[in-house]
Amino acid sequence: MFSFIFRRLSVTIPTFLGITVLAFALIHMIPGDPVLVMVGERRLDPEFYRQALIRLGLDQPLYVQYWQYLLKVLQGDLGQSLVSHEPVIKDFWALFPATLELSICAMLVASVFGLAIGMIAAIRRGSWIDHTVMGAALTGYSMPVFWLGLQLIMLFSVQLGWTPVSGRIDLEFDITRVTGLMLIDTLISGEEGAFKSAFMHLILPTIVLSTIPMAVIARMTRSSMLEVLREEYIRTARAKGLSRTRIVLVHALRNALMTVVTVIGLQVGTMLAGAVLTESIFSWPGIGKWLIDSISRRDYPVVQGGILLIATLIIIVNLLVDVLYGVINPRIRHAR
Amino acid sequence: MTNATTLAAAEPLYSYPSPLKEFWQSFSSNRGALVSFIFFVLLVLAALFAPWLAPHSPTEQYREFFLSPPAWQTGGSMQFFLGTDEVGRDILSRLLHGARLSLMIGLISVLMSLLPGIVLGMIAAFYPNFIGTSIMRAMDVMMALPSLLLAVAIVAVLGPGLLNTILAISVVSLPSYVRLARASAMSELSKDYVIASRLSGAGQLRLMFNTVLPNCMAPLIVQATMGFSAAILDAAALGFLGLGAQPPLPEWGTMLASARDYIERAWWVVTMPGVTILITVLALNLMGDGLRDALDPKLKKLA
Repeated sequence: MFSFIFRRLSVTIPTFLGITVLAFALIHMIPGDPVLVMVGERRLDPEFYRQALIRLGLDQPLYVQYWQYLLKVLQGDLGQSLVSHEPVIKDFWALFPATLELSICAMLVASVFGLAIGMIAAIRRGSWIDHTVMGAALTGYSMPVFWLGLQLIMLFSVQLGWTPVSGRIDLEFDITRVTGLMLIDTLISGEEGAFKSAFMHLILPTIVLSTIPMAVIARMTRSSMLEVLREEYIRTARAKGLSRTRIVLVHALRNALMTVVTVIGLQVGTMLAGAVLTESIFSWPGIGKWLIDSISRRDYPVVQGGILLIATLIIIVNLLVDVLYGVINPRIRHAR
Repeated sequence: MTNATTLAAAEPLYSYPSPLKEFWQSFSSNRGALVSFIFFVLLVLAALFAPWLAPHSPTEQYREFFLSPPAWQTGGSMQFFLGTDEVGRDILSRLLHGARLSLMIGLISVLMSLLPGIVLGMIAAFYPNFIGTSIMRAMDVMMALPSLLLAVAIVAVLGPGLLNTILAISVVSLPSYVRLARASAMSELSKDYVIASRLSGAGQLRLMFNTVLPNCMAPLIVQATMGFSAAILDAAALGFLGLGAQPPLPEWGTMLASARDYIERAWWVVTMPGVTILITVLALNLMGDGLRDALDPKLKKLA
């Protein structure tokens, strides 16, 4: 087991280093003077310019600069935002819970519905249900989610007035931040209606963000279910006279889940990319919107740090999924 | 010549259908794929002949007709069949011209990632030690970021615009082609025909591109179709975020970005470009499914 984890780690570390190179190169590829880029002012007096050059280490050769950058990153120092003048990492942690909350909700919805849809399609293979459901899944997979968001706002917020248009909670509520997860914080605060408001704000963004992962999970569940249902042991179970439901839910699902769990893990990346779009549509104050806003504000330290942090997050999640997968399935653990 | 006649005599009595015919039979038996193919051909024609088909110029602003609804709704007119946008431009004309942009983005970015992808993948398969490993590690790094996020990062550096969008999408989709080309080349390399060709003195380049590559094309073609639809979707997303093609270019995603402020008053400004994107991407994905089933029946069960 340890050698398995070690093997996976030894692949992860070079990937992480590669990401740091990418983030480092990002700033150096921006056209224009890197000092002006990082300090963010158009006209500087020469003395201040020289100080900034030395402070940022830009007078050093590139490999020294990279080494210093790497050391700083490993100590958690990702530079300072040009706009908020706060450390990038502090802003990240302040905004991350919003994205986390949205992603968890979307992942739950995507997994539950995706699994159910995929299973139904597999059991009723070739029927009109299968065709309809899989057609819907392919449509979901092809969906421009940013447009779906606008359509949902148009229908549910503007026409029907059921859900709010943007934000995480109505302005009348002043919720003290405990976990940063609005659903939990509103419950702790005990304010009447606050939880409902937070919940209503979550609905549309969750639908939008879960669309593509749900479609992918449904397609994968169907195909791995179909594969498992062809196995001999299923035939044995059937011959023993077990009920159809029992065969599907107990015998087939457990093995089909193997593939599905991996796919769910891999969707975390898609999720974070989707968060960029979803958060922009619904003005959701998370890291996706933060990143896009920083790009338009030319707040390059944030862009650099944000991308590095998001990539690191995805690497860690993928590592966890792999390790978990190894725990569940010995065949993976011992494969070379 | 005598050689040819003896061969002809040895020919069996029944004949195989030509590979193209066989492919078409398999592809066209998939109704979804066939309909999508027809739609796609129409879209290509519409894009090619957009200047002649479009009733108006895509950038001409008809000031007295701004936010005019589509023809079938009260207040609409046949003059602007799908209505007009916030500055009075004809939406139908903009969508037709936008098809040129989207198809161009898709085509160029697929070519710009497929061709280097094939070369890198082949090199990685033929020289698996140092060079191959380095290439694959670099691809792993690129794969660690979701494609849209990496594209956003690249555009953030290079600046928004149509060309940078194409470049970003090409870079982002490179790893999938490299991996696919390498994987299918690796599985071919141990086969007898490759060994025979190598023994008869074929050089590395000839082995790579003449012997092995043609047998790796099926999955690459399928991936290219899927890549085409992903490119259109990502380009639209970038346009929507204000990082892609810039207004007044009638790119579909860019049209949506400026339409956001009018969702309360004019549904057609939002709905039309989105439906166009959805149908186009859906058609390409259906075509990809059909292509995969027709070209590579082994993969069919994965659908």
